[in-house]
Amino acid sequence: MSFTPGVEPGQPNLDVFCETLLTLARADRNVLAVTSDSRGSGKLAPFAAALPGQIVEVGIAEQNLVGVAAGLASAGKIVYAVSPASFLTARALEQIKNDLCYSDRPVKLVGISAGVSYGALGSTHHSTHDLAALRAIENITIIVPADNLETAEAIKAAAAMEHPVYLRFGKRPLPHLYPPQTQFTVGKGLTVCEGTDVAFIATGETVHPALMAARELRAQGVSARVISMHTVKPLDADALIRAAGECRAIVTVEEHSSFGGLGEACAAVLMQAGIHIPFRIVGFPDEYMVTGNQLEIWEHYGIGAKGLSRTAKTLLGMRGKGETP
Amino acid sequence: MTERELEIKSIQYRKTLLRCIKRANAGHTGGDLSCIDILNVLYNRVLNVSPGTFDDPGRDRYVQSKGHSVEALYVVLADRGFFPESDLRTLCCHRSHYVGHPTRKVRGIEQNTGALGHGLAFSVGAALAGKMDGAAYKVYTLLGDGELAEGSNWESMLTAAHYRLDNLVAIADRNTLQITGCTEDVCALEPLRQKFEAFGWAVREVDGHDVAALADTFLVAPFETGRPSMVIARTVKGKGISFMENEVKWHHHVPTDEQYERAQQELDHLLREVQA
Repeated sequence: MSFTPGVEPGQPNLDVFCETLLTLARADRNVLAVTSDSRGSGKLAPFAAALPGQIVEVGIAEQNLVGVAAGLASAGKIVYAVSPASFLTARALEQIKNDLCYSDRPVKLVGISAGVSYGALGSTHHSTHDLAALRAIENITIIVPADNLETAEAIKAAAAMEHPVYLRFGKRPLPHLYPPQTQFTVGKGLTVCEGTDVAFIATGETVHPALMAARELRAQGVSARVISMHTVKPLDADALIRAAGECRAIVTVEEHSSFGGLGEACAAVLMQAGIHIPFRIVGFPDEYMVTGNQLEIWEHYGIGAKGLSRTAKTLLGMRGKGETP
Repeated sequence: MTERELEIKSIQYRKTLLRCIKRANAGHTGGDLSCIDILNVLYNRVLNVSPGTFDDPGRDRYVQSKGHSVEALYVVLADRGFFPESDLRTLCCHRSHYVGHPTRKVRGIEQNTGALGHGLAFSVGAALAGKMDGAAYKVYTLLGDGELAEGSNWESMLTAAHYRLDNLVAIADRNTLQITGCTEDVCALEPLRQKFEAFGWAVREVDGHDVAALADTFLVAPFETGRPSMVIARTVKGKGISFMENEVKWHHHVPTDEQYERAQQELDHLLREVQA
């Protein structure tokens, strides 16, 4: 039976994270979850009930969360520090920079409810800066999984990583993008569908709307490739450069500011490789964020099947007269 | 090591310290001199750690949260054989690992510090791991008093008390001066003891330059079962050099040639007195 990506419904990545972490922690008592009053939003209550000795609660204190996690890791613990991405990567940025990255403590930072997952709760709760902030810090891997398989594999891979890693995802149920045996490798983007006219280089939950845009374009005779660039740092430059060589345009998609995230990372790779190709970064602009739920915010800023296919056609020179932008 | 030997070490450490700072033309002289007796006692009397056991999971840990006083730590670690004393000649030099704040590139250093308000959280994590594993080691961390304005310290104090970390000993280097002036004028800390107690810590105060009293205090920790221990070490910034003591400008001032000679003479004089 052939597999069609993006059709079969899956779980929220958050649920997959919790199940995977529980499995890891049952097998190794050194695996710990450290939370900042975030076991509810992190769905870690079952973990706490099953393994009460392997969850450390520090209260609403993200700086403390990261520092304590560093100390636990220094004594051989395999630490997943879990907190909403917005607070974890802003409030505790100095702890991430010094206590983890500079000190080389292999803590696994788990930024939950990332991007604009919190929707209408507003910008205090959005993390649209985290990829940019962490990309500029030496010695951290950044992974933004797009579906359940990527999430489970990333969580498992993180356990064995010897340096700090940041995992970032939301809480929306996501369809499966890959058949079950798909090989996931940190630092290697996964091709969700092949195409030769335009390539969508997307990350995290925005891979799905990119895939929907590719479907819409295909119906209009445009062949669109979709790559899930789950590892934002280090970036899979090979997959990117290959896509630029085999397609006529590139559209990057991320649930993040268009400044300093995946798009600019891709642009830097292409420019420095001497590759000049129609290119567009789709992310959030430098403006006061519109109110809405996650999908409404995405649509507002062109992160949807319609918006992304329109962007692709513009780049390909297919936008005719009379067409509304 | 006897008390007299510790006293002699303290003077010798000061001499080496000033030599390093003078050579590098950099260093936090005042704070180094206020905490060097504490480090002397910890490394020569208290801590169960040596160059040979530094990678042992059961070692005692020392974390210097007031990272800017790293020169004092380098001097003591060199004396304890963690690295050759000749390495100190590279302090702050291009490509040297001997940076102006602690880094793990230097053997004997547990954690990179320098930005203030970080060491205690790390120490809480290390102490908590010890409790989980039923390990016998203790974690000691040195806090500056000016540093206590960082709110992160107080987050970590809550956590330490919550998890009843009586294997954790924090030492507040209470020299009452920070870069701008007196701590009480910058942003008052007092009543400090009561604040620590209110956060659930068992507190003792000690003369931070009395090596015998420091040893007695450290060796009886935990002060109360089930509580983290806080030592308020009453110290003098610039201690041991007459013209540096209690002078704010020596926070990170480097002595001139003339001041350097005078300081070494004072220490030589003190050494002769103690040895007599």
